[in-house]
Amino acid sequence: MTDQTQTGGAVGSYTENTSLGFRVRSVFLKHEWLRGYTLLSPTLLVMICLMCVPIFMLVAYSFWTQNYLDIDKTFTFANYEAFFQKPIYVALMMKSIRMSLFCTAVTLVLAYPMAYFIAFKVKSNKLVWLILITVPFWTSYLLRVFAWKVILGYNGVINSGLISLGLLSEPLQFLLYNPTAVVLTLAHAWAAFAILPIYVSLEKIDRSLLEAATDLGDTPTERFWRVTWPLSMPGMVAAGLLVFIPTVGDYVTPRLVGGTTGIMIGNIVQSQFGKANNWPMGAALSVISMILITILVVTFITSTTRARAKSA
Amino acid sequence: MTDTTEDTPKKKKAMSMTAEAAAADERGSQDAGFVQSKHAGHHWSGEAPMFIYAVWYLAFLYIPVMFLPLFSFNDSIYVAFPLKGFTLQWYGDMVDNPALLRALENSVKVGFGVAMASTFLGMFAAKAMTRYYMPGKGPITSFIMLPLVIPGIVLGIALLVISNTMGMSLSLWTIAAAHTLIGVPFAMLVMVSRLEGFDRNLEEASLDLGEGVVQTFLRITLPLAWPGILASVLLTFTISFDEFILAFFLAGNEVTLPIYIWSQLRFPNRLPMVLSLGACVLVFSFFIVTFSEVMRRRGVGPQGGAAI
Repeated sequence: MTDQTQTGGAVGSYTENTSLGFRVRSVFLKHEWLRGYTLLSPTLLVMICLMCVPIFMLVAYSFWTQNYLDIDKTFTFANYEAFFQKPIYVALMMKSIRMSLFCTAVTLVLAYPMAYFIAFKVKSNKLVWLILITVPFWTSYLLRVFAWKVILGYNGVINSGLISLGLLSEPLQFLLYNPTAVVLTLAHAWAAFAILPIYVSLEKIDRSLLEAATDLGDTPTERFWRVTWPLSMPGMVAAGLLVFIPTVGDYVTPRLVGGTTGIMIGNIVQSQFGKANNWPMGAALSVISMILITILVVTFITSTTRARAKSA
Repeated sequence: MTDTTEDTPKKKKAMSMTAEAAAADERGSQDAGFVQSKHAGHHWSGEAPMFIYAVWYLAFLYIPVMFLPLFSFNDSIYVAFPLKGFTLQWYGDMVDNPALLRALENSVKVGFGVAMASTFLGMFAAKAMTRYYMPGKGPITSFIMLPLVIPGIVLGIALLVISNTMGMSLSLWTIAAAHTLIGVPFAMLVMVSRLEGFDRNLEEASLDLGEGVVQTFLRITLPLAWPGILASVLLTFTISFDEFILAFFLAGNEVTLPIYIWSQLRFPNRLPMVLSLGACVLVFSFFIVTFSEVMRRRGVGPQGGAAI
C-alpha cells in the first residue's frame, strides 16, 4: 500500500526532476558520506553545544575579573598573573600533578598482572572476569570514595578492627587525611579504567608471535620483555591517560579523605565557584590545568611513540 | 561474620605491599605456565600465583564497598568494630525521609531522560560510524569520546558558566544536559560494538528487496541491535543516577541522590542512614550494570565490547 503511493510520488516528481527536493535527494544518494554526516549531525550538534561552546565560554571567563557581585568583562591577564604570583597556586598545581602521576603508576602496576591474567590465563569464563572488573567502576564514585573514609577513619574499620582484635592499643592517626589516602582511594576508584585498555592490547597480540619467540629460543622471561611487553605498550599508554587526566582535577577524593595536606587543585577551583566566589579565577585555574595536562600528555605520547619507533 | 571481616584489612594491606613484588615474579612464572600448558596440557602450578593475585585484586575492588552494606545493618551510630547487633532501623529512617525520597524521584527522572537522550544520540552516531564511508571518522570518534577524558570539574564549571551567561537558572535540566554529554560516548561505544557484531548484509538484503530505509531500520537493525540498546539505556541510566561531580556544580534547588548524600555527610548522626542509602544505591547499580554488561557482551565476543 505505502509502496504504491511512494512509487506514485516518485514518478510524479520524476516528471519535474528539477525540483529542489529531488535534487537534494539525488545528492544524498550519490554521496555516502553526506548520509553518514546527516545521521551523525544531531549527536555532533549536541556535543558542540554542551562541550565546545561551554569550554569556549570558560576560556573567555578566565580573561575577565570578578568585581564583587558583577563580572568585569574587560580583557585582562590578571587571573593568569595571579596564578604565577601566588606560590600556593603553582605549588598546589605541581602537587596535584605529582599525586596523579603517582596514582597512575600505582594503578597501572596493579592492573597489568590482572589484565595479563584475563587475557592469557582465563580460558573459559573471560566474560565473567571482565564483567566482575567493570561493574564496580559504574557504581557510585561518591560512595566508593566514602567507603574509604569509613575504612581509614580515626574510629574507622581498620582502627576499630585492629583494636578489637587486640593488635592495637590506640587508633592510628596516619591512615586518613593525607596524600597517601588520596592516592590509595583514587587507585581503587580508577582500577577498572586501567585494566580494560591493557586487556584489549594484550588480547590483540598474535599468539603465533609468542610461539615463534619460544621456538627461536627465548626463555619465557625474555619472551615477555621482548614480545608481550612492547606490544602491550599502546594499552598501557591509553590506560595511563585515562587515569591521569581525570584524577588531576578531582576534588571529591581530596575533600573526603585528603584533609588539609591532601588537597589538590580541583578543591581550589571548586572553592572559587563556591565560598571564594571568584568565577574568573576558577576559570583561569582550570584553563591552566587543561593546558598543563595537554602539554604533559602530548610530550608523553610523542616520547613513547618515538621510543617505540626506535626499538622497532 | 567477624572472622571474615577481621582478616580483610590485613589482606588488603598485604596485597598492596606485595603487589609489586608479586607482579614481578608472576611475570616469570606465568610465562612458564603458558609454555607448560601448551606442551603438557593443563599445568596449574605455573598459573596459581597469577590466579591468587587476581582473586586479591577482586577483593581489593569489592571489599571496601562491602563495608557500607555491612555497617548499614549495625545497631550503632558509629561505624566501628565490634559489630553491635542487627537492626533495620536505618532502612526505616530512610523510607521515612521525604527529602530523600524527593531526591530519589529527581534522580530517576533525570536518569530516565538521560538514558533516552544519550542512547538515541549514541545509536545514530554508531550507525553512521559503522555503516557509512565517511572521511574524518577517526577525529570525529575522538571528538565524541572527549567528555571521557576531560576532567569532570572542567565540564562542570564550563556548563555552569554557560548557563549563567545565558541566564538559565540551574535545575534538573542542567544536570540532565551534563549527564547526556557524558552518556553519549558510552552509548556510542556500546552501540558500535553491537552494530559491528552483526552482518550488515542483512540490512543490504532488506534494502535490495525493496524495503525503505526507515522500514529496514525498524525491521532489521532495531531487532538485532536491541540488546545493545537495552544495555546502553541501563548503563547511561546508572551513569546519571550515580554521577556526582557534574551534578554538584549544576544542581539548583532540586537535588539528585548523590548530592543529597553529599549534603548529609556533614552530620555525623545521619551517617547510618547514609550507609543504608548507600548500600541500596550500590546494590541497585550493581544489578543494573551487571545485567547491562551481560546484555552488551553477549554474542559480541570478548574483544568487541571491551574497549571501555
